[in-house]
Amino acid sequence: CPRAVNVDLQTDAMLQVDISDALSERDKVKFTVHTKSTLPNFKQNEFSVVRQHEEFIWLHDSFVENEEYAGYIIPPAPPRPDFDASREKLQKLGEGEGSMTKEEFTKMKQELEAEYLAIFKKTVAMHEVFLCRVAAHPVLRKDLNFHVFLEYNQDLSVRGKNKKEKLEDFFKNVVKSADGVLVAGVKDVDDFFEHEKTFLLEYHNRVKDASAKSDRMIRSHKSKNLLNPIASSLYTLGTQDSTDLCKFFLKVSELFEKTRKIEARIAADEDLKLADLLKYYLRESQAAKDLLYRRSRALVDYENANKALDKARAKNRDVLQAETSQQLCCHKFEKISESAKQELIDFKTRRVAAFRKNLVELAELELKHAKGNLQLLQGCLGILKGNT
Amino acid sequence: MTHTAGTFLFSLFFLCLASSVEYVESSQPASLAAEDISTNSNGPKQDSLFDDDPEDLFAEATEEVSLDSPERDVLLSDGPSPAITPITPPTSVITPLAKYTKCIFFPVIEEEEGGDSFDIHISVSDPEKVGEYMTSISLFKRNEFAVKRRFSDFLGLHSKLASKYLHIGYIVPPAPEKSIVGMTKVKVGKEDQSSNEFVEKRRSALERYLMRTVKHPILLKDPDVLQFLESSELPRAVSTQALSSAGLLRMVNKAADAVNKMTIKMNESDAWFEEKQQHFENLDVQLRKLHTSVESLVCHRKELSVNTAQFAKSAAMLGNSEDHTALSRALSQLAEVEEKIDQLHQDQANADFYLFSELLGDYVRLLTAVKGVFDHRMKTWQKWQDSQMLLQKKREAEAKLQFTNKPDKLQQAKDEIKELEGKVQQGERDFEQISKTIRKEVSRFEKERVKDFKTIIIKYLESLVQTQQQLIKYWEAFLPEAKAIS
Repeated sequence: CPRAVNVDLQTDAMLQVDISDALSERDKVKFTVHTKSTLPNFKQNEFSVVRQHEEFIWLHDSFVENEEYAGYIIPPAPPRPDFDASREKLQKLGEGEGSMTKEEFTKMKQELEAEYLAIFKKTVAMHEVFLCRVAAHPVLRKDLNFHVFLEYNQDLSVRGKNKKEKLEDFFKNVVKSADGVLVAGVKDVDDFFEHEKTFLLEYHNRVKDASAKSDRMIRSHKSKNLLNPIASSLYTLGTQDSTDLCKFFLKVSELFEKTRKIEARIAADEDLKLADLLKYYLRESQAAKDLLYRRSRALVDYENANKALDKARAKNRDVLQAETSQQLCCHKFEKISESAKQELIDFKTRRVAAFRKNLVELAELELKHAKGNLQLLQGCLGILKGNT
Repeated sequence: MTHTAGTFLFSLFFLCLASSVEYVESSQPASLAAEDISTNSNGPKQDSLFDDDPEDLFAEATEEVSLDSPERDVLLSDGPSPAITPITPPTSVITPLAKYTKCIFFPVIEEEEGGDSFDIHISVSDPEKVGEYMTSISLFKRNEFAVKRRFSDFLGLHSKLASKYLHIGYIVPPAPEKSIVGMTKVKVGKEDQSSNEFVEKRRSALERYLMRTVKHPILLKDPDVLQFLESSELPRAVSTQALSSAGLLRMVNKAADAVNKMTIKMNESDAWFEEKQQHFENLDVQLRKLHTSVESLVCHRKELSVNTAQFAKSAAMLGNSEDHTALSRALSQLAEVEEKIDQLHQDQANADFYLFSELLGDYVRLLTAVKGVFDHRMKTWQKWQDSQMLLQKKREAEAKLQFTNKPDKLQQAKDEIKELEGKVQQGERDFEQISKTIRKEVSRFEKERVKDFKTIIIKYLESLVQTQQQLIKYWEAFLPEAKAIS
């Protein structure tokens, strides 16, 4: 999370949120959410609380369900911390300890622990990004639930959704996707929104595909084998050979150990700068689509209210009621449209900035690693050629 | 290259410059070749697997090498020329694959005790498909030859050399293996990347095989080798078919040998042999392991290439749908970079394979030949011991006969003993000879091994260097594009 200090220019109040610490326990992760603020709402200027993933989800869902926020892109919820795969691997390693040499075991353990740590760091980052997005949003940062989340130093007692609630969510999504078709079909009068709709529908699909393909590419960049069998074979050959070749083999073995490490770093950096970027914008573009959907729904409601009003006037029955209803719908639709426009413009700005930052950093890291590799290779070649 | 049914014919371009070449008619060793290579009298029907389409196909002519190449003068100079001077190979279409496979070996046959020294350059190129009949050779000038050979000819050559030299201790380089699957695909006329790769793999393997064979000072002088290299037409080797009865017989014999080897317990008086055998055993284990790992590296890199290409396409699509102009352009550039990187991965995978993996594969096969000569030594020893034991028995029998009154039988026994004494002496001589030969061969083999590995490993590392340099180029070109997003 860029440590930008979010300053509310109107009240000159500052709100800065970050995750200062995290603890990974058996089946949960405990995040220490640290807040610095000059907002009058808070009792202190600086404080910390401990939160778990479910409480983040609770906060996110409270935003989604709040009608007042219908006109905003709700920052996407962070994905659930998933250490299952990593834990399974560590467990397998423990079980197989007897069947490998001490060296192999230590090496594999180190690699797996590094992997675990990387996943851990990522999940912390993603939870932090969510909070920062909320803190940066001019309206959401004032949300009461958000303040409770930040300040209340007891357990929020938000249980995960029970079966009934999960089922309700499921149906809500079904309705939404059915309506999604409706949304796509109806041409919008407003050019801006018409363009955004077309753009977002296509963009979201393309980002989804790019995210999947980048994941696959980066996965195949990671070494399948945690050990480095080529380097170890070369090492053994080097120790066994009585000719000139022994120096050759040992040097090349050393080289491949080092280049392998760099390759692992490349895969990790690509993961961070490319895969994570695409994954994030997959979620954000979905949130933007949800906003468009909500606006379309409001438009449909507004149009229905208009029709109802016409009918009421024609029959001269419940006209006042129909009028009030129509005015509410109109107001809601216009409010959503107004904030949605700004949100979508901000979304584009954020997206462009994020892609720029990550693509530049990606290129710089790729260059750094390629140069590192090149140096190692040329160094080794120099020595080997000097020997012959 | 038109692909229809038919076998492949390889052009052997053979350039030989010699200060003095002895075309010695080496005396045929006692055991003759098991196979009798008959002429093509039985026609094509005999070999079902190599049935050729009677339609004659157009065979491309071999390309001439520019004889005005500057290196030529150096090569034609008198006296031994130990310098390694690469000659431009025939410029047939050099596919990207061929970058690593053409003419890797520029050998120099070192002077051996005042023997001959000459440069030989062999390139196997222009795999062509022809029908039943071989086209005529193109004989260029006095020291350059181009001949056409079939894959089975190479196998036939190896077969002859193995039967002549293995059992007296010479390490005969093994020929490339047949691949029924690969060959069938090609025969069926599948023109796709995998069958092209198969042909290239085979071409490269044949080239390395020949180079190793002619690098051997004894084998080079063998009349079969010379005939192979120079003769315009070779009688068809009919016994090298994959599933022929002769092939099956050979397989059975090999198995029987393996069983026999296990039961020979030799009294090793010379620690050198035990030490070397152990060394080769260890080497074999490690090389096999390494070979497997490198093969999996090749697979891995090919997979990465495929996934990179897919991502590149996806990124291009994303760039198309992005409505911010500068970002859209940058994403398209990213897609192009990834596409180029995909090509890099493919090239690197080829280097992984043709340089590193094939080197290891070749040496695993060579070590089988090495182990073979050690086994033959044991067999020679066994033969000697057997003769000795038989002699002992006959002597004992003769001693017994002395006390009987059977002058005929006694004489017979004396005759047999004389014969056996001769055999024992011969056996001892054979054993000493093969031991001496093996020592020399192992020394030569080890020298070659060191040179081969050093050369190829350096070449391989250079390929890795090139890949990284290209990567740097691509990302350096992309960086300003990314920074230009605003």
